[in-house]
Amino acid sequence: MSEPATVFEREYTLHDLRTGLEEVHEDVASALSAHRYDEGAAFAIRLAIEEAVVNGFRHGNRNDPSKVVFFRVRIDDRSSCFEVEDQGPGFDPKAIPDPTDQFNIEMPSGRGVMLIRAYMTEAEYIPPGNKVRMIYRKPA
Amino acid sequence: MAASSSHISIRKIDGISRIDFVDRNILDEVNIHQISVELMKVIESEFRPKMVVVFNNVDHLSSAAFGVFVALKNRMDSRDGQLRLCEIKPRIREAFAITKLDRIFSIHDSFDAAVKSLN
Repeated sequence: MSEPATVFEREYTLHDLRTGLEEVHEDVASALSAHRYDEGAAFAIRLAIEEAVVNGFRHGNRNDPSKVVFFRVRIDDRSSCFEVEDQGPGFDPKAIPDPTDQFNIEMPSGRGVMLIRAYMTEAEYIPPGNKVRMIYRKPA
Repeated sequence: MAASSSHISIRKIDGISRIDFVDRNILDEVNIHQISVELMKVIESEFRPKMVVVFNNVDHLSSAAFGVFVALKNRMDSRDGQLRLCEIKPRIREAFAITKLDRIFSIHDSFDAAVKSLN
């Protein structure tokens, strides 16, 4: 039996939406593969990271180029934890309209948080709401 | 007739616009905006437009991209047009189901099935 892969832990400071995010995706994909996460897990995690970082820049930092988004990751054989923190004032996730409601279904925005919650095992917005902690646990 | 931008290709087949994606990941906001502009141009240029969007090349789609397709559908409805989506990979299809967008879009397994469903 092969040795378990080393726990992957890293912090990133992202200065804009694309610079650095590709590196994050590549590093995370590589760590997930080393820890034997399947393709479904890799898809879910990539989607959640993308949505959280986009929300951080767009809604949190309001596209202010002087502000950054912090990304922290920890991946082991059983679970992975991701934190995305922007420099905005935060928000109340309960205030987001349900995008699946019949009155909102044809609205073009507002689905990112829902996708994060659907694809991750846990997603917690930490007050004042400028930091989201997302956990993915491998199925038992 | 075929036309292409850097992110999509547009082919006109028997009065139907077939849209294929060049990129496997539709995530970047600038690219998504460009795709939106291209698709809206196609709709605006036709009377009662018919469009089939083929996703067989797409591996990842962001919520912003979902938003573009919702806006596209709304515009298509206002122009009395018809929009069909097809060949969506299972994981992306699941995202359509999670967001319940599968209820407002006409989604088909193949391009041929999508074309057959057009009136």
